[in-house]
Formats: sequence, structure tokens, C-alpha cells
Amino acid sequence: MKLSELKFNQLATVAAVHGDELSLKLFEMGLLPGEEVELENIAPFGDPIAIRVGEYKMCLRIDDAACIDINLK
Amino acid sequence: MKQEITVALAGNPNSGKTSLFNALTGLNHKVSNFPGTTVDKKIGYCKLNAETRAQIIDLPGTYSLYPKSADELVTYDILRNKAETDFPDLVLFIADASNLKRNLLLLTQVADLGVPVILALNMVDLAQRKGIFYELELLAQQLGIPVLSINARNKEGIAKIKSLLLDEAKHKKVTYFDINQVDADLLNEISEITDKKNPYAALQYAINASVYLNNKAKQINAAFAKYNFNPRQFQEQEILQRYKIIDEAVRISRRQRNNTIIKNITQKADKILTHRIWGITIFLGLLFLVFQAIFSWSAYPMDLVEWSFTWLTNFVQAQLPDGILNDLIVHGVLAGLSGVIVFLPQIIILFAFIAVLEDVGYMARVGFIMDRIMRPFGMNGKSIVPLISGMACAVPSVMASRSIENKKERLITILVTPLMSCSARLPVYTLLISMLVPETAKWGPFNVHGMVLMLMYLLGFIAALLSAAVFKWIVKAESSNYFIMELPGYKLPVWHNLLITLYEKGSAFVVGAGKIIVAVSVVLWAFASFGPRGNMRAIEQKYAALAMNPNLNVSTAELAAQKSAEKLQASYAGEFGRWIEPAIRPIGFEWKMGIALLTSLAAREVFVGTMSTIYSVGGSGGDADDLNAIRQKMMNEKNSLGKPAYSTGTILSLLVFYAFAMQCMSTLSIVHSETKTWKWPIVQFVFMTALAYLSSLVVYHIFS
Repeated sequence: MKLSELKFNQLATVAAVHGDELSLKLFEMGLLPGEEVELENIAPFGDPIAIRVGEYKMCLRIDDAACIDINLK
Repeated sequence: MKQEITVALAGNPNSGKTSLFNALTGLNHKVSNFPGTTVDKKIGYCKLNAETRAQIIDLPGTYSLYPKSADELVTYDILRNKAETDFPDLVLFIADASNLKRNLLLLTQVADLGVPVILALNMVDLAQRKGIFYELELLAQQLGIPVLSINARNKEGIAKIKSLLLDEAKHKKVTYFDINQVDADLLNEISEITDKKNPYAALQYAINASVYLNNKAKQINAAFAKYNFNPRQFQEQEILQRYKIIDEAVRISRRQRNNTIIKNITQKADKILTHRIWGITIFLGLLFLVFQAIFSWSAYPMDLVEWSFTWLTNFVQAQLPDGILNDLIVHGVLAGLSGVIVFLPQIIILFAFIAVLEDVGYMARVGFIMDRIMRPFGMNGKSIVPLISGMACAVPSVMASRSIENKKERLITILVTPLMSCSARLPVYTLLISMLVPETAKWGPFNVHGMVLMLMYLLGFIAALLSAAVFKWIVKAESSNYFIMELPGYKLPVWHNLLITLYEKGSAFVVGAGKIIVAVSVVLWAFASFGPRGNMRAIEQKYAALAMNPNLNVSTAELAAQKSAEKLQASYAGEFGRWIEPAIRPIGFEWKMGIALLTSLAAREVFVGTMSTIYSVGGSGGDADDLNAIRQKMMNEKNSLGKPAYSTGTILSLLVFYAFAMQCMSTLSIVHSETKTWKWPIVQFVFMTALAYLSSLVVYHIFS
């Protein structure tokens, strides 16, 4: 399952991140394999989305979220 | 002071770094640029004891040492180069305790460069509200460095920091990442190429050099190829291994009350503030409030500035003997200075709003809300801040674009920001619109004048978006395009920090824009005061003779006004107007307007003053009576065919021209320093002027 398909009130863990520069940036920001993620907000125009990564909140575009594989908890 | 130690203050964005810097140094700091960059370099001083003081360098907040934006590159540059004068004796690392793992990544990278580090744990109260506690001693033991808890907002723990900075025995160099897993031969070769002893620092420099610095990139890439070393894969592995070490340290020292993260105030607020309907309504409402504030609250301080300058001008004029010097100071230097300072109230109000919204955490949400709208135009959510600020002044707005990581999106934002209608255009709009519709005209309950004015602002915004779409095709992309941003928890603003920020921004504007505007004003003063072939002397003689004539029934003031009008028309500026007339006739302008186009290069609002001189209106052009007088004279002005010079077509054409044309030297100069090339300011100047000309051409032909 992709992070872009995550729904509200679902908990998941990151399985893998694809995309060269993107994965590096996401790793730096603490979005790593094994980290817990949860969907928190969707921007008014449907994109980007805000997610909780571990202990903090970040936002990313749907296209980038589609590069992140997750496992539902 | 007998001793000084250099301390670099490092940490993630949103970790409270600015608060800590202000708490340590107060106003005892100065802002300059890091050499060769446009990134603010803040250095402050902090007295540790009677003998020692600390020089504190505030590094821009970053998430890692692999730089992705101009801000991050600076942090990296300072810490990697031991030969650099700014190289610190010690790094004071501030971390957000409520989000410790991610914060510690940068700490481990910094430590591995071979600088002693001490860790200040901030926002402990916030972590506790989430149910997270840290045993500081255990954490210190795990990380091998001193750890203390502080509260930067309330200035708690500052004394502890100071004594730790003095306690050299506790400054320890530690390493976290095991560099020996990399091929030793490769490390040797890289150390040689980069001339660095610390193998991690050498490798890191090499990796960054192959991406960001052309310096030795060929050699480095050859070495990487020879040893089959993939820098990106290495970076990824490095980060994952660092997190493993961090995870362990955090796991051992952390005590958690409950495992579920409490849905805190931030999440509740975001449900509303980023809501499909409420989110946008609140954003537009805030925008409206900011607008109202900029234009209504600033009226009194602006009047005060104008009044002070009028007083000063009269004073200088009376004190200095008549002549060129008097004229230069009054009409060149003082006129230029007042043109800068009169905008200070608006800019301070705008920046107060932006700073508060930023401090509270709302600005990140604005980026989140607006990203989808900005994206098709080659910009991202963060571009909205420079664009909105552009309605006050493009100079600080262009500087505000630094936070945009993606180079292409940042450049596009810089290029289109000056199309937003800034405060300098307002007096021009006001005068021109009042020639089209009376200020009291109503359309239903609405003031027509105000509606046209709003249309002009809308026009600027639309032009900015469409131009961005054009630049999207022209500007080449250098890096991949993502929008990943932390949404920090909402906090109350720290007023002390706000005042310091306003002081910094305000003085940066006065100095930055001020020197250009004053210089341009002086040059334009010369153009308007001197003329060719003794023309000027003939006018002097004519008016000297007229003044002697006892039969003349014209007041001296009127005579003086007529004289300055004639002098301006005979000056080099007048020559310029006549010279450029063939070019501007198609868009409905005649040569007197050409003079105003030239003088507007100092600042657009000079248009009004020039009109007042050309049409020989007495007074400074400042108050409402003067404006009415100028308007009357302009309305009565006939062109060479005997028709009104200011037809509806011409007025609309002028409006559009002033909305789009690049007439601001200060903006061009700031774009030059921000892009570090003349290419982009030139592109911007040509593009905007062409856009203005063509739009005016179309408008003029439709309406005449």
C-alpha cells in the first residue's frame, strides 16, 4: 500500500521509500522504514497531505507520498 | 575581556534556536552576510564571566549536513572548514525534546566533523505534555556529551549554558558514525584531494563538492568511480546507521507515560485552519486584515514622516544659502531619503504580521493550503509569503524567498514578486484613478474608487501568476521538485523576539533600499536640474526680468512654480522626454509623461511629485489640496492636437504601465545580490518593461 492511499484514523509503518533525492530528503526528515505514520490533514484542494511521522507533523505532495510504501498496522 | 571563545549555535528549524540566540545575546549582535552568499550571518556576544566572553554565530537551521538550500550550505561551510575564521571552538546544539530523534541526526553529523558539542534540550514542557520524559544523565551517557534542559522562550537554563561553555573539561569530541566501513584507500585519496585530515569531513566535503561546488568535482568523481563508490547510496546508509545509534540512545534514556500520542491543540487547530472551507476563509480573512492594517494603521506614521521631512526640507532650505548645494540636498538627498522612510511604517506593519504568523506556526499552514494553487505556475506553497509581502515592498519580499529550497521555484518567485502592486504604486494609482472616477462615486454600497484600486491589485497578482507560468518554461530545473515541510506545533509568539526581528528587518530595508534610492535620486536630480546649451540660463534671465516687471499681476509663488516647470522641461530630463516620445506615443503618452517615466526610476511614487512640477503646481504635492490641483491641471492639459492629453485611454494605459513596468532600481539591485548574477535582473527588467508596454498598447487602443 502507498502512503498516498492512507485514510484518516489508520496507523501504518513505512516499508520503503523510492526515488533518489526524495528518499534522502525523507530519511533526513525522519521518515524511515519502520517509522509510524498517520494521516492528519488534507489541504483544501486535496493536495498536499499532512502526516504524523513519529512524533511530529510534516506535509508532502500526493505524488511524493505515492513513492512511499507502507504496511497497515 | 581577556578571552573569547567562538560558539556556533546549531539545530533544526523550529527548534527554538532564534529564541536561544536572543536570550544569550539580546540586542548585542550584528547581522551581515556570510561571505559570498546572501544568507544572514548573525553574530552576537555573551559575557560568560569577568574574563571571558563568547562570540556566538547563529547558523541557519537545517535538518542535515547534506545541504539542499542556500541556508543549509552556509551551516555546512562554517563547520567543515577548520581554517575558516568562524570555525567554532564548540557547537551549542539546540534540540526539540518533543521530537528528539530527528533533531539528533544533525547533532551526530556535526560531532563527526570533529567539533566538541553540547546539547541543550528545549521544549521539554511540550514533550511532557505528550507524555515524554528524558533522563538527562542517561542521555548524556549514551551520547557521550554534556546535556542540559532549557526553556529558550522563558530564558530558563541560560546560566547553566554559560557555565557549561566555560567548563572546558566537559567539551568532548565524539564520533558516532563508523567511517572505517568505507574503503580506506578511497578515504586516503579523498583526504588528499580535499586536503582534510578528518576522513568523515573529507568524504562529506567530497560528496557535497561533486554536487554543489565545481571545485575539484572532476577529481572527486573520478576517485568515486575508481572505487565503485555511490555517494547517494552512502548517504542513505549513513543516515540509516545514524538513526540506529540515535534510536538506541533515545530508547534507553526515554520514559514514556503512555504510548498513544495525545491529540493535542495543534491537531485540533489544524482541523479548522486547514479545513476545506474554514481554512481558506480564515486565510483570506487574515489577508484582508493585514491589508487593512497596512493601509489604515500606517496612515498616521506616514503623515508624521512626511510632515517631518517637509519641516526638515524647509529648515535646510532656509538655513543654507541659495544655490546648487541647497538644491542638491533638498531635492536630491532629502527627497530620496523621505521616499525610503515614508514606506517604513507599512513595511514594519507587514513584517510584524508575517513574523507573528511565522512564530505562531501559521505560515507553514499557509504554504500547505496554497501549494496546490501555486504549483501549476512553477512555484510552491512557500512562494505565497514573498508574493503577499510584495504588496508592501518587493525589496524585503525578494529576500523572504530564501526559505524556498528548490532553486527553480525560488528564482521564479523572485522574478514575479515585483509584479505585485507595491506601496510605491499606490500614490500613482490614487492620482490616476481619481482622474477617471470621482473619489466619492458609489456603486451600490461600494466606493468605486476603492473597487478600481482593488482591481489594480488583482491585476498585479494575476500578472504575477501568468508570468510565473511563462518563466516555468524558460528557467531550467536543476533539482527534483518536492515540497516537504515540517508543520510545527502552534505556539504563543515571543514578543521580545518579534521586536528584535522587526528591528533587523527595518534596518535592513532602510540601508538596503535606502542607499540605492538616495543615489538614484541624486542622479535624477542632476538630470532634472541641468540642461543643455544655456537653455537654463535663458530661463533664469527671463524670470529675473519678469520679476523686475512692476506691471505683472502674478504672485511670486506662481512665478516660481512656472519657472521650475520651464526649467524641468528644458533640462536633460526634458530632453529625455522628447527623445523617448516617439517610442511612447503609441501607448498614448506624450513627452511630459516621458519625464515622469524617467524620474520614477528612483521610486514610482515620484511620478506624483514630477507631475506637480511639470504642471507648475506650487507646494510639495503632498496633501489633498495639492493632489486636487495636480489633477485639475492634468485634466486641463491639451496635447499637440488640442485634445485632452489625459484621455481615458491614456490614463488607463498609464495605470497598466505603472502596474507592470520594472521601475525600481532597489528591487533590481536586490535581485542581483540574491541571484548573484546580472542575468536575472536584466531578464526581469526586459520582461516586465515589455509586458508593460504591450499591455499599455492594447489598453490604449481599446479605449481610444
